[in-house]
Parts: sequence; C-alpha cells; structure tokens
Amino acid sequence: MAERSHAPGQTESGGGGSTASHTPSNSRAETAAHLRQLLETEGDAIHAHTSVSNLQRHEVFDETENLDALRSEARAIKEDAIDRLPELIETVREAVEANGGTVYVAENAADANAYVADIVDDRAATSTAAESASGRPSVVKSKSMTTEELDLNDALESEGIEVTETDLGEWVLQVADDTPSHIVGPAMHLTREEIAELFTEQFDPDEEFETAEELTRFARDHLGERIREADVGITGANFVVAESGTITLVTNEGNARKCAVTPDTHVAIAGVEKLIPSIRDLEPFVDLIAKSATGQEISQYVTMLSPPTESPTLTFDEPDEPIGANTDAETNGSTDREFHLVLLDNGRTEMRADDQLRETLYCIRCGACSNSCANFQAVGGHGFGGETYSGGIATGWEAGVHGQDSAAEFNDLCTGCTRCVDACPVKIDIPWINTVVRDRVNRDAEPEAYDFLVDGLTPDEESGGLDLGKRFFGNIATAAKLGSATAPVSNWLGETAPVRALLERTLGIDQRRALPSFERQSLVDWFDARGGEGESKRRAAAGRKETHDEPTDALDREVVLYPDVYTNYVDTDRGKAAVRTLEALGVPVSVPDLPESGRAPLSQGMVATADAQASKVYAALAEDLDAGRDVVVIEPSDLAAFQREYERFLPERSFERLRDNSYEICEFIFGLFENGADPAALSTAGGDGERIGVGNGNERGNENGNRDNGHPIAYHSHCQQRTLNLEAPTVAVLERCGYAPRTSTVECCGMAGSFGYKREYYEVSMDVGDRLASEIEQASTDLVVASGTSCGDQLETLLDRTVPHPVEVIAPDHG
Amino acid sequence: MSTDTDTDAVGQLEHALEELEVSLERVSAADASERLAALLTEPAIGVDLPFESVSLPESVTTEPTAAALADAQTGITPATFAIAEYGTVALESRAAGDEPISVYPEHHIAVVAASDVVPDLAGGFDRLADQFDAGGDSIVFATGRSATADMGDLVHGVHGPGEVTVVVLEDR
Ligand code: SF4
Repeated sequence: MAERSHAPGQTESGGGGSTASHTPSNSRAETAAHLRQLLETEGDAIHAHTSVSNLQRHEVFDETENLDALRSEARAIKEDAIDRLPELIETVREAVEANGGTVYVAENAADANAYVADIVDDRAATSTAAESASGRPSVVKSKSMTTEELDLNDALESEGIEVTETDLGEWVLQVADDTPSHIVGPAMHLTREEIAELFTEQFDPDEEFETAEELTRFARDHLGERIREADVGITGANFVVAESGTITLVTNEGNARKCAVTPDTHVAIAGVEKLIPSIRDLEPFVDLIAKSATGQEISQYVTMLSPPTESPTLTFDEPDEPIGANTDAETNGSTDREFHLVLLDNGRTEMRADDQLRETLYCIRCGACSNSCANFQAVGGHGFGGETYSGGIATGWEAGVHGQDSAAEFNDLCTGCTRCVDACPVKIDIPWINTVVRDRVNRDAEPEAYDFLVDGLTPDEESGGLDLGKRFFGNIATAAKLGSATAPVSNWLGETAPVRALLERTLGIDQRRALPSFERQSLVDWFDARGGEGESKRRAAAGRKETHDEPTDALDREVVLYPDVYTNYVDTDRGKAAVRTLEALGVPVSVPDLPESGRAPLSQGMVATADAQASKVYAALAEDLDAGRDVVVIEPSDLAAFQREYERFLPERSFERLRDNSYEICEFIFGLFENGADPAALSTAGGDGERIGVGNGNERGNENGNRDNGHPIAYHSHCQQRTLNLEAPTVAVLERCGYAPRTSTVECCGMAGSFGYKREYYEVSMDVGDRLASEIEQASTDLVVASGTSCGDQLETLLDRTVPHPVEVIAPDHG
Repeated sequence: MSTDTDTDAVGQLEHALEELEVSLERVSAADASERLAALLTEPAIGVDLPFESVSLPESVTTEPTAAALADAQTGITPATFAIAEYGTVALESRAAGDEPISVYPEHHIAVVAASDVVPDLAGGFDRLADQFDAGGDSIVFATGRSATADMGDLVHGVHGPGEVTVVVLEDR
C-alpha cells in the first residue's frame, strides 16, 4: 500500500498497539510540523476551492425555500433505509438478478478486491473490446471514494490489471501518485501550475502545458482512448435504488456515463449504506446533493441506470459495425452486457449496531462538512483526514471502516464549532460523532506519567489515560477558580518563561499564546459585593420607570445571568455590562455561583464529565426555572451546550425546559426591544460621540458595508451562535442602538476554546484567525466586537486592539 | 396539446438554460427538420425522433458505426421530458443508442415536446416513476454542459458535450 496516509506517526500507529491519543511533546511537535507544512504547501489551494463551494452552498441553501423539509425528508429516508438494511439487500439482489445482473456482498476490502479482479480477468479473456496498448486486462474507473477505501487500484494492479481513473481529479492523483485531499474534489490541493508541470514532465508534449483548457483537452483525448479500449468499467454509486436495482451516479464530467456504458461489463461498487428503497426516495437526494457539495442546483449528470442496460455495446476495434450490432431484436437489448453490483460491508454492519456511529451511515459524502470547516479550509484532507476519508465526518467513517487509530490521527482538528451542522444535507450531528470518538480514544489510552501534576486540578469523571492537556482544559473551571483566587500572582507566574516551558511540555500549551489573565474579583463576587439581587431589583425598578412608563407583562421578567467560566473569572467586564444593560431595561438580575456547563470537558471528548455537569447545572437552575425566571447566557458555547448537547444528557422534559427558557444575551435584549423596551436607555451610537474611538484609529470607516445607517462596527459572531441562528439578534440589537454592523463571513475564529492554545494546533489556529482578521481590517471600522471569549482573544491578538462583547458597547456607562 | 402552463414552463426552462449557457430553440414540428439541419455541425449522428411528423435531417446518420460515433461532431436525441426549474433534459438509455449519441459528440442537441416540459423536480420524478413502472428504468438527467474544475479552472466539454442545444417542439 503506497503512501495511503499523509498523517505523521503513521509508522507507529500502523503497528496497531500504539495509542494515537497519547501525545507527548515530541509527537505534538511532529503534528505541528506536519500541519505547518500543509499550511504552506496545500493550504492556499484548498482554502480557495473550499471557501468558494462554501459560499455557493450558503447562497443556494438560502434560495431553496423548502430546504429544511428536504433535509428532514432525506434524513428520514436514510434512517429508515439503514434500519431496514438487511431487507433492502435482499430486495436489491432480487431486482438486479431479475434485470440480468449479479449482486455480491463483500465482507471486507480483500473480499471485494478479489471478486472484482476475477471478473476483470474473466471478461478480458472473452472481451470484444480493442486490445489495450499493453495487452493487459484493462479497467476504466469513475470517481469512487469507496474504491479508495478498498485500495482497489493497488489490488488490481498487483494482479496485472491496468487501471485508469477517468475523473480528471482522480487521474491527476493517479499520475502524481498522490491521495485525495477532499472527498468531492480529490485533487483540490494542487494548483493549475503544479498540474501543468506534472503533466509536462510525465507526458512530454510538444509544447508545455499551461492552461486548464489545454490540460483538459489532453486528458479528454488520452482518457477517451482508455475508455474505448477497456474491458471493464468500474463506477461507484451515490445511491442504489433497491426496488429497481438502479445505480445512481451524480457527476459533472460525463466520465461515469461513458465508463458505465462503453465497455460491455459494468461493475458498480458501493457501501451497503447507499441503498434506498424506491425511485421516489431518490428525489430529495437528487435535489440536495449538488447544492450541498458545490452550490449547484443540480449536477450536470444524474445517471440512473438499472443495468445491464439496453444501451448498445460499443466495439471500437470493429469501427465499421453499427453500434448495437450485438443487439438482440427480440429482447430489444444488448445480448452481451454484464453487470455486477458489489455491496461493501467492511465494518458497516458494526457501525449500524453502534448507537453513536450509526448516523455516519446516513452520510451522502457531499463534502459540505469539509467546506464549512475553518480548519479543513486551512489544511485540507491530508491533515484533516485519515486513511481514506477527510473532513468532519471522516472521524465516523475512519473509526468504522479502518478503526479508531485512523480516526485518532486527525480527530482533534474538529473543534466542535458546529458550522457543519447546518451544512449537512442529512442533518448529521457531526461534532457529536467527533466528541464520542474522542472520548473513546481517550479511554483507550495509557495513563500518562505526569498525571499527578493535574490530579488536584481535575475533579472529572474520567478514567486514567487521558492526554494531560485535554484533562487540564476539560477541567478549566477548577484552574480558573484557582487562578482567580491567586490573582495577580497567578497572572505574573503564568507569564514567566520557566512556567510557560513547563506548561508547554506537560500540557501542550503553546508558549506563543497569551494566557488569560484572571480577575481577582469574580463576577459573582462583584455582584454580591454590589448588593446582590436586592440592589439589582432597585436598579431595575429605576430603569423601568425611565424607559417605559406603562410596563407590559412581556417586560416583567427576572433573569438569572449564567456566570460562565470566562465571564466569571477572566472577562468580568462583559458580565458587568450585561447586568447593567438588563437593569437599565428594567429587568432585575441574579448572578448565582453555578456549575461549569460541561462545554470544556465536551470539547476534550470527556463525555461522562460533561454529562455529570449537565445534571449539576440543571439541578442548580431548577428552582429558577420553576419560578419562571429566564436564564441568560453570554458565552455562546455554553448556551449551545444547554440547547444542543444537553439533549443527550438530560431527561427530555428537563432539556426542553432549559432550552426553551435560556437565551443568548443579545437575543434576550432584542426580545425586550421587541416588547417595547427603549434602546435610549443604553449607550447608543447616535449622539454618543465618546463611543467612537474605542479601539484604535480610523475615526470614520469607509462606507462600503452592507448597512449604511449608523456608526460602522465590525461584528464577528461566534460559530456555535451562528448554528443556533443567533447572529441576527445581535446584529439587530446593534442596529437599534445606532450601529451599522458588518458581519464576517469566516466560519470560525480559529481559537475555538482550547484549540488555539495547543502547541500542535497553534499555527493552524493563527492561519484561520488571520483570514478573519484581514476580513475585519477590510471593513475599516473603528469598532470591532465579538460574541465569544476566544474569538475576542484571538482578534485582540491579531488586530492589536480591544475587541469587546457587543453588550459592552451598548451597556450604559455607570453602575 | 399546448396550454398556458406549457408555455410558462418553456419560458422557465429557457431561463434556467440561459444561466447554464445552453440555448433553447422553439420550433414547430413542421420546421423542426430544417432547424436541426441549421443547428448541427457535420458529421452528425442521431436517434430517430418519436414525435409525429418530425424527422431528422438527411445529413444525420442513425444507427452509426463505432467509427462514426467517435468522429461525430453533433449528436441528436429526443428527450423524454425536461425539467424547467433546473434546465434538465431526461435522456433514456435505450437500445437505439441515445446514451452514447448524447455523450460522445462535442455538441448535443436534445429535442423535447413542449407538452413534456414539467415545471420542477417533483414533476420530473412523477414522470420518472411512470417511466420506471413502464419498464424504462435507465434514464440520465442531463443539465447543461459537461464541466470540470479539476485542472485548476472551470472548463466545459470534458468527457461529455461542451455545447448543448435544447430544441422545443412548440406544437407537440
Ligand atoms: S456528513 Fe453530511 S455534510 Fe459531511 S459529507 Fe456527509 S452528508 Fe455531506
């Protein structure tokens, strides 16, 4: 097997005994070096392609009226099909056999490869196709990730069979002896210049190749000949319709059409999960797949063949015979066509039985989760991928078909930002699959030598073996509490070189990354010292009088402000601003000392710890919820835990209760405005000249933004906040307060909680952050705000200016 | 049968095809042969058209040899139906050779009856399901020109046709 994996340390993990999660500092350095190299060599090309597909998907999704219903329908069909899989396999067997073809269910790669090699040898012996130049049996293939999973090409070549990929991207890789960097655009990491150079070298043309046009022409002619000579055409299948035995191929080039009908033998290879019951079930998939993959409304060719087809065989070495000379007048079809459907199991039956991995089988491999992923955009599938598959969902595929070690090599590149969740046409909770596999990898790892160092800091529910850094970040609440209690000493200490070196060596915290600076007085303590709930009621009553003379019921609210770890110990200013803002709008607040949400352990794959935290949070809030209070959250990732992941941890009613009564801070403020609260009670941009100049520079930005009424402000929402559909309320609140927000298009800031601190990912994090920073610089505003703590930190570092939370900009100044 | 909805659907089809840089020609059955002759580039091959009193121009070879298939510049086939919303034509993979004749030559001309233009994908799947029930269970939805971006830039006409024309028979 040549060069299957680009990931570092493949030799170690190839042995099977090693634990990929065990990340001592030398392997952190290796991972960092590998990713750095990809950033430099492949990152630009990957970013260019994926971000275009990503934007086009956003556009076409926005234009599709019934998008959500379509996605739900597609998902329901997949759920049902996977549920009925054994039955569908029998159905398709009957249908294909009735059509005159054969179905073979292959248990694993070796089984599938041997079967296919036999067919090719058989057919080559009797084939009517033109001899290939080499005289060896020959196969032409259209693009298929499943055959990549099988390493089919290598297996056939080793049997003396000539294999030619006819999808241009796949062919480029074959010529370059490279592997796919993206499940849809396999050669995406190569630039036109690189391909031109490669082809000039390999094929020695009269004139050097230069344009994509020339390269494509050459490929068309070269591959056309291979197709005409081939003994067997091999295709994958995007979907297989069980009832009719219909192979569906979704392509843009036309090579799959040619491969399927030119040679007299067609072999289609598909994972068993590609089966859907009936032709009617195909509709939502045909509607969705191109939209999510490339942003096209529909692909150029949706080929639905129920082979062996009646299409005439083409015998190019008998040029003067009419095509279809072998057609039998009676059956009105070709007499010598042969068709084999190879259905591949290779771990899928086990995935189906695995409650957490089953969802992976719904995947239609559109690549949208790769395109929407900021980290994938930065490094591509050679970094963010395993033996075969790449991108967010690859964790599920690799764990299922190649084993956990292959998934462990790249799984940590998923930061759980959730931007892929809206992108996925079958609504797979991709971040959850990543979390679960991370947890399993953690649990299988050996205990580490330095465990004692973090023992006191880690009151978690995990068994030993977890990577130290993960364990530290998973228990960040405890460290933050300690840091705050010992501030400012902890802050000074944290900045000394020996401590930073130790942190890097033991926890993998990159020395280049500024550490958070803890506040001595936490938000909870500040609120108590200020007079607690009683004082807040007094201030809210005063606020209410000022802003609305006739208080409506809708405004008669009480808020529990959730003191997330960062707001409580590090960025207390935004917490104070939230308190003042709510009070100015007439809403009394309480800020109780509440447990950490579980977001931190979740991001490290510590599912049991997160589960325990969810129960603690709910228990602590139950009385407030009973009393009808609203829970308001500043840090979007904690709100996302309440509204997404808690569904898996809490009883349904508890989950719904908390979900329905928790709000992002600006979402809540927007609700108050909608119910009559007056923005004038806050700091608005209009006459409020002193606001201009927070940050540094540029008095009045240029006015090329999307909204021109109001004071320009650049706003980066938070990734998980976007997935909750909560970017819009913040934008609206800023607008009501006299600002003209310009929002970023970059999906994630690259910091993603602990990700940007980690030595192996620091550079990826900065690369992703740089793109965001330059977008914000282009907006040329004197104000930049961000909703997430880590987004704010990242932007402050990159832009060298203050980046407050939006609520800090609109909060009244005093109190 | 030509109704207002057909006309609307044809308009929508034309619009969708415009975006794909595919031209749509409206023609009456009586004028179809002449128009096709003007559109094609020789050598041309084709599949007999199933529409009443519409025939292929004389210059078009039906039941071509393999050599003729390889050399043809234009391939003319009927489309069983078209989907207006996306600019899609449905081509049957039949013994008459529709599939190779539509995919091998550089220019594909698809001929469709106005009454067979359905508004959207759902309508297309209605037709498809009927077709499947009737035993015609190999169909290609072709939309626009063959394309690839794999060589670094978008290029049309890779393995399939680089030029596509849809001819709508207004009175069929
Ligand atoms: S998980 Fe969803 S978004 Fe990702 S490739 Fe599969 S179907 Fe597409």
